[in-house]
Amino acid sequence: MYLAESRAAKAPAAAPGKSPGRGGAAVPGTVLALGAVSLITDISSEMVTAVLPLYVVTGLGLSPLGFGVLDGINNGVGSLVRLLGGHFADRGGRGHKTVAALGYGLSALCKPLLLLVHSITLIGGVLAVDRTGKGLRTAPRDAMISLATAPEHRGRAFGVHRAMDTTGALLGPLLAFALLRLTVDGYDAVFTVSGCIAVIGVLVLLLFVPTPAAAPRSEEPRTAPPKLTESLALLKLPALRRLTLCAMLLGLTTVSDSFLYLLLQRQLDLPTRMFPLLPLGTAAAFLLLAYPLGVVADRIGRRTLFLLGHAVLLLAYTAVLLSTGSGAAVAVGVLLLHGLFYAATDGVLAAAAADVTPADQVGAGLALVGTGQALARFACSLLFGAAWSVWGGHTTLAVTAAAMTAGAVTAGFVLRTATPTGTAGAAK
Amino acid sequence: MNRAHRLLILLVAVLLLGGVGTGAVLYAADRSGKKDQEQPGGPAVRPGTVTLEASSGRELVFRNMAWGPHRDEVVSVPAGQPDGPRTASGVKCLRFHAAAGYGICLQAVHHGALEDSYRAVVLDSKLHELHGYPAVGIPTRDRVSPSGHHVAWTVFVSGDSYGGTDFSTRTAIADTRDWHVDDNLETYAIVKDGRPYRASDVNVWGVTFSAADDNLFYATVATGGRTYLVRGDIAGRTLTTLHENVECPSLSPDGTKIAYKRRVPGLPSDAQWRLYVLDLRTMTETATAEQRQIDDQTVWADGSTLVYALPGDFGADLWTVPADGSGSAQVLLKAGLAPAYLG
Repeated sequence: MYLAESRAAKAPAAAPGKSPGRGGAAVPGTVLALGAVSLITDISSEMVTAVLPLYVVTGLGLSPLGFGVLDGINNGVGSLVRLLGGHFADRGGRGHKTVAALGYGLSALCKPLLLLVHSITLIGGVLAVDRTGKGLRTAPRDAMISLATAPEHRGRAFGVHRAMDTTGALLGPLLAFALLRLTVDGYDAVFTVSGCIAVIGVLVLLLFVPTPAAAPRSEEPRTAPPKLTESLALLKLPALRRLTLCAMLLGLTTVSDSFLYLLLQRQLDLPTRMFPLLPLGTAAAFLLLAYPLGVVADRIGRRTLFLLGHAVLLLAYTAVLLSTGSGAAVAVGVLLLHGLFYAATDGVLAAAAADVTPADQVGAGLALVGTGQALARFACSLLFGAAWSVWGGHTTLAVTAAAMTAGAVTAGFVLRTATPTGTAGAAK
Repeated sequence: MNRAHRLLILLVAVLLLGGVGTGAVLYAADRSGKKDQEQPGGPAVRPGTVTLEASSGRELVFRNMAWGPHRDEVVSVPAGQPDGPRTASGVKCLRFHAAAGYGICLQAVHHGALEDSYRAVVLDSKLHELHGYPAVGIPTRDRVSPSGHHVAWTVFVSGDSYGGTDFSTRTAIADTRDWHVDDNLETYAIVKDGRPYRASDVNVWGVTFSAADDNLFYATVATGGRTYLVRGDIAGRTLTTLHENVECPSLSPDGTKIAYKRRVPGLPSDAQWRLYVLDLRTMTETATAEQRQIDDQTVWADGSTLVYALPGDFGADLWTVPADGSGSAQVLLKAGLAPAYLG
């Protein structure tokens, strides 16, 4: 069914005419189960993330600045691991679930390990393993979501998943601080509870996420699983290549969250105590808008919404650039636009990537697009930081906004030409 | 395996893991109760009056880390008898420093919301609050200027909780005469190697004030992966780099030397910081006899002795070492942090 439909629905643009308003059955049980796994896992991991600085500084008496160095390395490693995760997931029908379970399991193991390590280096090492687990599981998980969903409903399926994921991310810190209050700085209790929750996440995955049926073959049944070179050869598919290039092009001008919050705070002269609240604003908007925008993506086309999402981000940049003095309303508006941007692009890009990838290589295809985007954003952070030193934050953001406008126009052109014939099967 | 079986397995697992989690929480909560009981062999701590005016001889005030009802309170001991009975003030601080009858106390505030917030509180000589400022992150350093006219504090900010591991610092200086506060020293103009310098990754921490010039301070500036000793000018709002590879400077009482931690290449990355002293006139560095990793802003006990915290059985102990590189490190007192000498 997946094969037939993914071929039939040549482009998401075909969706609008179909069954508007019948969204109820559009989200399969597999997606809800994977959403539950992500929700539970994110509670667990955000519990740790939220208390780690406090633990390092007040619990261990170390200074956490050393983490910054490790972070850059982790970003690079995480991207490469994601490619491998996507590739191995495509080896045989059970691959997606197995690799995802490995990824979730690896991260679950890290929580009790935190009880044993007490130096910045070792804690950094455990975090790196945790990131590796995250890198491994991302592509197979998204592949399972797209394989389990009828192509015309993939946008909303990813919307549901991202909304559940973000819910977990918001609940985790609350639970962690409640536990710290209850136990008076019982960081070991937080890590233990986080580990238990992570194990439940893995169990829900193993018990309630169905093993995807053997991945449908492109033409005739193949005896050997795809090779790594074949995963990279996916870039020969014009539609996937165009999508990856556009995601990278736009990723190169997507300012990292931290930089955007810093600019917002300085530009609006926000009280510094509000600083930790800014990411929550983005997350809340993302959470509320992910599903509705997923539905919109299914109607107007994922690539169109992906581009519109970047237009929304441009609006947010413009609002930051033009704002002066104190204005809580502007801050709320920018955070809303920022969350809207994520809701219009994050799951939507995965849905768009699944549209143009052969079903038996969907793990690798999603990983390619995701990794390309992540590396481009990382490069943007480095460039943005360097440019800031020379020009200052305001000018750098203005230049970035101009570059993004050019990138979005180019991407609009490139993706438009891709639409008519850009199906996965044609190039295989 | 049908649905009922799977649900049963999940239920059993949730019960088991829930038991483990509950056990861990109860164990930790019980242990926190023990922290309110004095430990045998620990220092005697008695409630009393702590003042920041040294009326009866030189005193050492610090945060008491010993378990018992006065854990985390500011306590005082006679400077000549550091392991003697401690007088507890009833004021709790995560970090503390005092000079000239003023104290700076960085506190955690447990209010209605689940998440803690922090405050920087300026205290008078009777440890009553004069003025409080919100602090935007986890407290790490603080200082009162020898004149008492300025206080400074540094917190760790994790700007983006979803990004995970990226940290930065925020340092503020407040004037105790008009309560004006510069809440982010990163807005000061930086002069690096004689030229104006701007970068997005600048972090400032660890202010230490001059006794001779009320406008002068020293601090750490980190940018581009390096740390610098900077000379700061409060009125001019400038930071000028003087020396590289310096963190958490501490100016000697006569203003001629600076003790700091320095990253020593070749050591394991989790034990790189060693305690050094820089002579500001000759710009020569001297390693102290302390061979362990230091992660504290030291305090000068007098013109020739440094005091600093190292991890101990109850969080932290205070140690001393001569500033001129001679001698060896000695325990000053157990279960204490953030010391200041008065008088």
